Amino acid sequence: MNRREALIQVSMLLGGTMVGAQAFLQSSCTPATGHTLLLTREQIDLLNEIGETIFPATDTPGAKEADVGSFMDVIVADCYTPEDQQVFLEGLSRIQAESTKEFGKRFMQLSATDREMLLTRIDREHIDYMNNRKTGEPVHYFRMFKELTLAGYFTSEPGATHFLQYHPAPGRYDGCTTEKPWH
Amino acid sequence: MKNNTYDAIVVGTGISGGWAAKELCEKGLKTLVLERGRDVKHIADYEDMKAPWELPHRGRKTQEDIRNSPIQSGVYNFHEGSRKFFVNDLDQPYEQVKPFEWARGYQVGGRSLIWGRQCYRRSDIDFEANARDGFGVDWPIRYRDIAPWYDYVESFVGVAGSKDGLPHLPDGNFQPPMPMNCLEKYVAERVNKGFNGERLIIHGRTANLTQQIGTRGPCQYRDKCESGCSYGGYFSSNAATLPAAAATGNMTLRPFSVVSEVIYDKEQRRATGVRVIDAQTLEVFEYYARIIFLNASTLNTTLILLNSKSDAFPEGLGNGSGQIGHNLMDMPYGMGATGTFEGFKDRYTFGSRPTGIFIPRFRNISAKTLTPKFLRGYTYQGGAWRGRISWADGVGAQLKEKLSEAGEWSMSISAWGEHLPYYDNKVTLDPVKKDKFGMPVLRIDCEFRENEKKLAEDAMNSAAEILEMGGLKNVTTYDRGKIPGSCIHETGTARMGKDPRTSVLNQWNQMHEVHNVFITDGSAMASSSCIPGPSITYMALTARAVDYAVCEMKKGNIR
Repeated sequence: MNRREALIQVSMLLGGTMVGAQAFLQSSCTPATGHTLLLTREQIDLLNEIGETIFPATDTPGAKEADVGSFMDVIVADCYTPEDQQVFLEGLSRIQAESTKEFGKRFMQLSATDREMLLTRIDREHIDYMNNRKTGEPVHYFRMFKELTLAGYFTSEPGATHFLQYHPAPGRYDGCTTEKPWH
Repeated sequence: MKNNTYDAIVVGTGISGGWAAKELCEKGLKTLVLERGRDVKHIADYEDMKAPWELPHRGRKTQEDIRNSPIQSGVYNFHEGSRKFFVNDLDQPYEQVKPFEWARGYQVGGRSLIWGRQCYRRSDIDFEANARDGFGVDWPIRYRDIAPWYDYVESFVGVAGSKDGLPHLPDGNFQPPMPMNCLEKYVAERVNKGFNGERLIIHGRTANLTQQIGTRGPCQYRDKCESGCSYGGYFSSNAATLPAAAATGNMTLRPFSVVSEVIYDKEQRRATGVRVIDAQTLEVFEYYARIIFLNASTLNTTLILLNSKSDAFPEGLGNGSGQIGHNLMDMPYGMGATGTFEGFKDRYTFGSRPTGIFIPRFRNISAKTLTPKFLRGYTYQGGAWRGRISWADGVGAQLKEKLSEAGEWSMSISAWGEHLPYYDNKVTLDPVKKDKFGMPVLRIDCEFRENEKKLAEDAMNSAAEILEMGGLKNVTTYDRGKIPGSCIHETGTARMGKDPRTSVLNQWNQMHEVHNVFITDGSAMASSSCIPGPSITYMALTARAVDYAVCEMKKGNIR
């Protein structure tokens, strides 16, 4: 890895200090009021609940407070290839089908415990799938949900300021501190 | 009627054009500075002060970015915050005879806004290399010729680094270095001792300020360089040289000015000015001056020269040697090693440091270090880091718990190698295709050959040896298979040399055949060197060339 690529990756890992900006600004943290890009309001609400199950509120905010559903709408609409968009959208139906099969109810109707049980199983299945995936086969939809949940959370205001420490201008480099720079 | 005559014209506002503008203006010359792209005002046109959640895509590139800029979007530091400083490839086409990644920033400041900022002096090992092994032509200068000019530019730029007393990596006029972290210190100590001083880990030398210069800096350790820096924490034309040039009152900056050719007067045997296409209106203007500095970046300077055809120079301005466009070099890079470390479990890092460690060249620098495998050498940049665990199995509160743990310490080093000058690695004008300004598009035909491949292999394997000596575990090697151009160190297409029959520029970066035209961007290089950060050399040569040019004007040798 090139040093600069490494630095960029590290900053992605830390999630706290990312990059500059574009001219227009639409804060994904503001709950959307009907205006969506690719997903419906209902799908965004569903993704916020899936996100919250993956990364729930504890003593720090969860993924729902970070509105990862709206973040996913923007990323899937603008950054995904049409093929990946297809996998992502089919994944939403698959989650509902799995939920109905196992509990006889749609995901939104499940208790928090059942949601976690369901997604724990799908997480395990998705790891098996990803480990045995052949070249050319698509990424598992749950990899997308989980990756976007985490990325959306760590770059959101609640995630970056409460789970991580947000230092817009650290002003120094300390290469050997005993203080962990996140929660 | 508008007065179109100046004392000097500078074409380009990137790292060398900014220096030409500053030096010419400070010496009292009324200077027209031409830039093909839009203006970018320091601070006002940056958006580095936004938080990550204020970016619609949180930094990611979009499918539209990839469609519009298939080449630029692959550059290592292209992202949502920096993409405005890269061109639209569909709008600015070129032909790749062989794969060549040409990173371009068409705006005031050019690529100085998005450069890698590493600054290393070349030494006599570099300046003597061509003469020694016969590749390329001998440099017409030696280290002593450029050393005072490195001093001069470094003190204005602000280079953070350590003095290490190495003959093959001369020390400079440095600000205090940015500190190594605990793992880097540990590894450096083991490596420096383990290889008996033959392989060394030293501080990276970077144009990020650790001390304030005027209103610039110091660096705030934000990891936002490529978005522009409102603190002026790193050197760019926009932050440093262009404001200095403007402060003299002698600079006229004209953005949206595509220079199509240099106008040559056969009777006077000098260039009289340049022809400019206004990028917005497509109107054509002529501007005149006593001296002209071409700083359009290696490939675009070449384009201007080859397109400046006249009775006197049917093959392009000052191209009696036939060398213009030839000997194109980049640097092979992207091969190295990475490893993990088991200790320092209670230690973390704070702040984002815009540099890392550096490993100076250790191959072919003395009789003892000669290798029969390849000519010349390579250096490494790298660093150690420790981040949060970014991925784990499972969901729910237990996943959150796992992801609040720190991962292991890791360290990587990556090589930058020398690219020999080959006549056949070249850029020419496409005979048919034109861009939207009616300018011929460039055809780039460049490759790495056997020497580069052998060097790259050795660099990759030596990287593993170094990390293992440093005490790292799970060391693995890699070669990213980077194509020419992707190092963004393209050079050599209007080289300096002693003989007008085999080179384009003399020891003062002055065209052998056109004495009032100077070229001080990367095209002037006679060799690529394996020292990364060529920009500081362009800067030093630019200041030196301006000093010479203005003296010659005063003496009446340049009319």
